[in-house]
Amino acid sequence: MKTTKKTNKPWTLYHANLRTKTLVIISISSILLISIFLSSYLIKPDSIITNFTSANQMPSLEHLFGTDWMGRDMFTRTISGLGLSIGVGAFASLISTFIAIVLGLFSSFNKFTDELVAGIIDLFSSIPHILLIILVSISFGGGFYGVIMGVGLTHWTPLARVLRAEIKKIKTSKYVKLSKEFGKSKLWIAKNHMLPLVISQIIVGVILMFPHAIMHEASITFLGFGLSPHQPAIGIILAESMNYLTSGFWWLAFYPGLSLLLVVLIFDLIGENINKLLNPQSAQT
Amino acid sequence: MDTLKIENIKFQYNNKQKILSNISFEMKSNQIIGLFGDSGSGKTTLCKILTGFLKKYKGTININDEKVPTGFNPIQLIYQHPEKIMNPRWNMERILHESWIPSKEILDSFGIKNEWFKRFPSELSGGELQRFSILRAINPKTKFIIADEITTMLDSVTQVQIWNAIIKHCQKQDIGILAVSHDKLLLETVCDDIIYFNELNKS
Repeated sequence: MKTTKKTNKPWTLYHANLRTKTLVIISISSILLISIFLSSYLIKPDSIITNFTSANQMPSLEHLFGTDWMGRDMFTRTISGLGLSIGVGAFASLISTFIAIVLGLFSSFNKFTDELVAGIIDLFSSIPHILLIILVSISFGGGFYGVIMGVGLTHWTPLARVLRAEIKKIKTSKYVKLSKEFGKSKLWIAKNHMLPLVISQIIVGVILMFPHAIMHEASITFLGFGLSPHQPAIGIILAESMNYLTSGFWWLAFYPGLSLLLVVLIFDLIGENINKLLNPQSAQT
Repeated sequence: MDTLKIENIKFQYNNKQKILSNISFEMKSNQIIGLFGDSGSGKTTLCKILTGFLKKYKGTININDEKVPTGFNPIQLIYQHPEKIMNPRWNMERILHESWIPSKEILDSFGIKNEWFKRFPSELSGGELQRFSILRAINPKTKFIIADEITTMLDSVTQVQIWNAIIKHCQKQDIGILAVSHDKLLLETVCDDIIYFNELNKS
């Protein structure tokens, strides 16, 4: 085995320990996401102008993602669409997390509430996801508000299930029982033993909920039940590009789709790495 | 001196099979009693009942003819698997101080090093964890210790070291020890008297 030398400068990160690598991955991905989100707000509406002289251009240095049939710059549209998606994802995740926490805590009261919560979770997860989102979204009047409610009210099931299991596991654990024998109160146990474990699960759960929310937002918008057509949402962009794909304008669908996938993957990456960091069993290896 | 008296302890998980039937014995806090029994005979179940880990039993457990008080339990268990009674997300200092803050001498007598305090349970070996678990049990308010196979995972040198430290401390603090094991040689060396679990659990 060769000894690793410090002189290979370009490979410093390669030899770093997992903790450093995880932190680097998390910070790079977060910077990327935040810059996408912020730049979507800095784009002025009049920068997406229709200009028929430059319609249907291939991707070039001037128009990174090409232009559409109305001459609009696809890169600007994609970025503002992604910003909108992240916004919807954030609101929807907040609603879902709130429901999941309430149900998770409710399940810990006694056997009856536990069974009730388990039943509600099973009921909601047995209905096809897209169908439920469309129904809820329409019943809330569609648009931005409808999509947020539709996605938010349907994505709490996995997190609620995780929280219920986690609380159950901690409650029956030996260290909580021993803590009771040391004369600690229920509140003390909840604060010191349960909360830290549950909170790290919530943080990871919320971040991993993001990609789902963004994907579902894009898909119901694509199907025409979500955001209104004037808004530069990724789903709208993809739906419109369907009409032009047969004419050979592949870049209209390819780059926006790829960016959506990238954002989803980045969220997944952040979630998994934060999970690694928060769990001492994997954080220290 | 305190007296631990248990009478007619009965326990069963279901109606088919009785695990403990009518167990009674008495011990004093200056004694070290050994409890010897086969694997699966119910020794650990008895230990859990004595220390409050299992609540649904019949019979009485009295200290000085009074019920065991609520709050801090004066009968403390040292468990066979120390990693299970420690929160995996707490460091050792927090785990130990959940019970009490021992003096430097006591830490030294159990061979606990200061650098272990900042580590998590997953970063210490079984023997090192067991020292912490023992130290947690010998709180100043403790009157009896139930030591359930506490040194099975240790080599004989460490066993001697740990048992010496426990016995020395418990004699000083007037803590009674019920040592449960199926290592008869160990019980014969350590204990004043040996109870055979099969005879105890006959009727």
